[in-house]
Amino acid sequence: MSSAPPMPTEDPDRIASHAGPPTAAAKQVFGQRMAAASATMRRWSDAWARLPTVVRWSLLGLLLVFLYTLPLTKPWPIDTPGTDLAGVLGGTVVPYVVVALGLNVVVGMAGLLDLGYVGFYAVGAYTLGVLTSRHANLPWLLCLPICIVVSMVVGVLLGAPTLRLRGDYLAIVTLGFGEIIRLLAERLDWLGTINGIQGIGPPPNVGPFKFGVLNKNSFFYLGLTVIIVVYFFLKRLENSRVGRAWTAIREDEDAAELMGVPTFRFKLWAFAIGAAVGGLAGMLYAGKAGFINPDGFKINLSILFIAAVVLGGPGNMPGVVIGGIVVSYLPERFRFLNTSRYMWFGIALVIMMIFRPQGLLPRRAHGRTQPPDPPTFEDVKEGDPDLEGGAHGALA
Amino acid sequence: MLLEVDNLHVFYGRIEAIKGISFTVDEGEIVTLIGANGAGKTTTLKTVSGVRPAAQGRIRFEGKDITKMPAHKRTEMGIVQSPEGRGIFPGMTVLENLDMGCYVRRRGVVSTRTQDLERVFSLFPRLAERKSQAGGSLSGGEQQMLAIGRALMSQPRIMLLDEPSMGLAPMLIQQIFEIVTEINQQGTTVLLVEQNAAQALKRADRAYVLETGRVVKTDVAANLLDDPAVRAAYLGGH
Repeated sequence: MSSAPPMPTEDPDRIASHAGPPTAAAKQVFGQRMAAASATMRRWSDAWARLPTVVRWSLLGLLLVFLYTLPLTKPWPIDTPGTDLAGVLGGTVVPYVVVALGLNVVVGMAGLLDLGYVGFYAVGAYTLGVLTSRHANLPWLLCLPICIVVSMVVGVLLGAPTLRLRGDYLAIVTLGFGEIIRLLAERLDWLGTINGIQGIGPPPNVGPFKFGVLNKNSFFYLGLTVIIVVYFFLKRLENSRVGRAWTAIREDEDAAELMGVPTFRFKLWAFAIGAAVGGLAGMLYAGKAGFINPDGFKINLSILFIAAVVLGGPGNMPGVVIGGIVVSYLPERFRFLNTSRYMWFGIALVIMMIFRPQGLLPRRAHGRTQPPDPPTFEDVKEGDPDLEGGAHGALA
Repeated sequence: MLLEVDNLHVFYGRIEAIKGISFTVDEGEIVTLIGANGAGKTTTLKTVSGVRPAAQGRIRFEGKDITKMPAHKRTEMGIVQSPEGRGIFPGMTVLENLDMGCYVRRRGVVSTRTQDLERVFSLFPRLAERKSQAGGSLSGGEQQMLAIGRALMSQPRIMLLDEPSMGLAPMLIQQIFEIVTEINQQGTTVLLVEQNAAQALKRADRAYVLETGRVVKTDVAANLLDDPAVRAAYLGGH
């Protein structure tokens, strides 16, 4: 998957002997790492851009054919021994990839650390459960826009009071939010308490594509199509004025505001769109599973979602897709390792973060990747510490 | 009067950083706020640009009360701050940074972008050389130039400059201040906050001396340059 050559490792002596204070040296090391990683990215994306259009489109077409036929061909290295590949892809991988795409809007593009993203996932799933089984019998297709809108509204409701916080504070509040949603589902009879909701309606049958316990392939085809639609929607957003505002907010929120970006409004938009996509993912999951209960929306899922984004490369959409796949697929692929598989999975994550902290496919840093001038002592700014804004000041 | 600040109070939590500052800036002037570390210069500037809320007092721009207006709205009105030190977007290229400067402009008014870019590049030829380089990879002086250039891109009515000389080599400081003067001569009003009082007083029309959140002295800049008390406190005294 990661076809890039390994990162050049830093010579510790060079760092130690670096003139200037340690923070500056550390910053520069990080900068060089990022620069080298994005140089690799640049080579690959340049090579891709140099290909003739016909070749590019045919390669994309081939990739699509390969993906859509996966449940039929079940190639040996990809197939999951012990479980059905189509079920894994449609029921686990698809929701995770959608989640990674949605969370990437919040974390990767706008730079807001959301540790309670599972809350939106749960809202989507429970909305479908309530509307197709517990309290009504609406068709799945009608629930699709409802789930998206409900999640979006919840995103705005959470964002409006909390997005004035920054960094760690926002992370803690969102962490609490995820738990609140789960606890509500656990306590409210209306949502089925700990028993959850059974008999959730599947998507409607279309021609040969039937959706049921025995027709797992259709779920994958549907999910893959949803991923492609969401991907192109978000890609367009990323390249728009909205995306530019998000980038500015992520890089320096105060500076963005000073340049005339209504930062609060755009942060709320990031939250709302992220929530909508998260809800959509939850809905896809619930429609396939047919059964949900609060145990399926625990806090560890939020962490796994963040892992998918960070692992893939925050802010880079192909990266987070791969991150979503890795996080959901690997534990299924190595199911035969039984109970130890999550230990190995954890070890793999740790190793990956040591050798590739910027993610599997990092965001392409813009601009020429010249190494920066070594920082001189004058470059290190000494602000008035009592007058600096910062996270603590933002709370005041 | 272009900008009027009247009895401004600003708090950080329970600490009162600004204790009733008043000052004015007239169209076409360079006005400077000087003072030691912690005197409240940067806070005052941040409150004028809107990233800090005022607890008490009034800020008027062209006669209009903007005390409660959010920062991005003030930018639309033409109050643009070049933030202190490294307030640039490190992951964006120089050109993308400059383009963020014209973010406030609505569609259809892009026609002046080329002229504005030319103007910035003629003031800072260094930025033209590095326009496709990431902002974060520039040197301290270049980042300062970029911050000023980016502010210029939005065609400000008044430019708020926060410590443009901070962390720069003496030769660069001289150069930056020359450019500030030039920008002013081209018609932009400047409110300058500086620790480098000597340079600031040489360039400014009028100055306010700040001490622990209060204005302790105000005069024509040239007079303050000769004021024994100011010389002793801020100019290395002779």
